[in-house]
Amino acid sequence: MKDVLIGIPIQWYIYLSVTIFSIGVLGVLFRRNAIIIFMCIEMMLNAVNLLMVAFSRYLGDTGGQVFVFFVMVVAAAEVAIGLAILMMIFRNTRSTDIDTLNKLKW
Amino acid sequence: MLAQYLFFFLSFVAVFSALMVIIDKNPVHSVLYLIITFFAIAGHFFLLNAQFLGAVHIIVYAGAIMVLFLYVIMMLNLNKEIEPHKKNIPKVIAVISAGLLMICLVAVLIGAERTMLPAARDSNIGLVENLGKVLFREYMLPFEISSVLFLAAMVGAVMLGKKEIH
Repeated sequence: MKDVLIGIPIQWYIYLSVTIFSIGVLGVLFRRNAIIIFMCIEMMLNAVNLLMVAFSRYLGDTGGQVFVFFVMVVAAAEVAIGLAILMMIFRNTRSTDIDTLNKLKW
Repeated sequence: MLAQYLFFFLSFVAVFSALMVIIDKNPVHSVLYLIITFFAIAGHFFLLNAQFLGAVHIIVYAGAIMVLFLYVIMMLNLNKEIEPHKKNIPKVIAVISAGLLMICLVAVLIGAERTMLPAARDSNIGLVENLGKVLFREYMLPFEISSVLFLAAMVGAVMLGKKEIH
């Protein structure tokens, strides 16, 4: 596994991560279903994770991978809370459409 | 050479299924496409020789988080197209803004071409042994605090999920 990275410059990983992150942003702006928006947030977290692992590998520094581990921890906690909030919203409004949640709209 | 082919294959799978997540109208299909994306990203982790993170990624994301999503979709009975047809202007604006963001990020990062990093000598930093040593020596306190975070999340999820008493 030593010379695997010789043929792959770090720029490829940067472009891949940027692409996946932008697709996540697009999904948050594009869709109106709260569950899909939530999944797109997970996708963005994953894009950043991938870039951190790539940089940690290229720099030979373990710190990046430890931080990816902590990002996964926070993402798991966030999903548990977020889906519970989503269930509560559904119980009150009978839908997961974010356009029904316009009480704070100016 | 094989690594490059693998990189392109995994990248294509990841980007394609990430696009299908936001294109597909059915939430269940979106979840399944997102699982494919996560597996592709786990493949990238293995390609980068981050074996511990690859395994944890599959277990946590594809195993736990996506099952949670599927459970919620099942309990809310959303397995059909419920999204009403909306006006096209917000969608066009969304596509334009996301495209602009991507162009900006790429434009910023193209300048970093010259600072290309050499491949590190030590390729074993992603193994369980090395990562565990760093995690339990230098990052001991954050590790313990994250368990408190999990406890808080657990209590919060139970509190939020409880039936309201009128």
